[in-house]
Amino acid sequence: MAKASPSDETTLEINLKDPRLAAFLAWLVPGLGHVYQGRTGKGILFFACIVGTFFYGLYIGDGRVVYASTADVFSRQFLERWQYLCQVGVGLPALPAVVQRERMRNNKEPLQLPVIGDKFMRPPYKQPPAEMPGGFESPDQTDRRRRVHHPDELAQWHYEQGEYFEIGTVFTVIAGLLNVLAIFDAYGGPLVVPPEEPKKPDDKSPDPSSDAK
Amino acid sequence: MMLESLELNSAALPLLMAMLGPLRLWYAVPLVTSVSLVCAATRHEEMGPIVIHAARFALWILVFMAIVAAVIQLLTWLQ
Repeated sequence: MAKASPSDETTLEINLKDPRLAAFLAWLVPGLGHVYQGRTGKGILFFACIVGTFFYGLYIGDGRVVYASTADVFSRQFLERWQYLCQVGVGLPALPAVVQRERMRNNKEPLQLPVIGDKFMRPPYKQPPAEMPGGFESPDQTDRRRRVHHPDELAQWHYEQGEYFEIGTVFTVIAGLLNVLAIFDAYGGPLVVPPEEPKKPDDKSPDPSSDAK
Repeated sequence: MMLESLELNSAALPLLMAMLGPLRLWYAVPLVTSVSLVCAATRHEEMGPIVIHAARFALWILVFMAIVAAVIQLLTWLQ
């Protein structure tokens, strides 16, 4: 049971129920932990803000900005895609990247979505696959009659999307980090700064009646 | 896409990018809104105080961003 008692709000008692389960649910789906605790308004607010930010970033980045490295989890190369460690903070919405990563590690075809195709949360290829015999190339942005060749697919994505790749990455990373705050809120209640209590008279201070003697 | 239909040459593209540059600032609006609302919601429990706190926090973020942009612009002029 957590108490929220800022100076401008009436004192509230919040039943956090099982805080660990609430924190797990809050990670799995942003706001779900709060709904479980009966804090439905905050749950909807967290869901709308965090999931909205995440999917807007994914939309800006054309579905490519959320992906996990195909390197071993405990290797240094895995941290080259450190952004995913932040993005996975949103829980379920970022987990298809893990499925895509595992499929690529096992040399399986990545999952395809109807409109987006196979680029949805798929790690970029380092070597061109069989269906790309010409390698990674895209039209020159200043003269579309020419073609630009890229060393790997990540370079191609950066070239084709320009700053929108970075903007989409920032949106999805911030969404994941915001959900960390929401998880703590589900676990421990709101971070309320308690109002300053009036100072109690010091017991060790000399008795005023003794001064009069 | 309109950009693809246009035959952009190397002189026109930087000009177009300079014209479109300030539009990119609008991407900050949804980000600032969601960040301020979520941060405010971790400090209050009721919607009224959350919205008031979020408005003050959003203003604080925008002022901070403006100050940083001004410093960077100043450094650019001094370069």
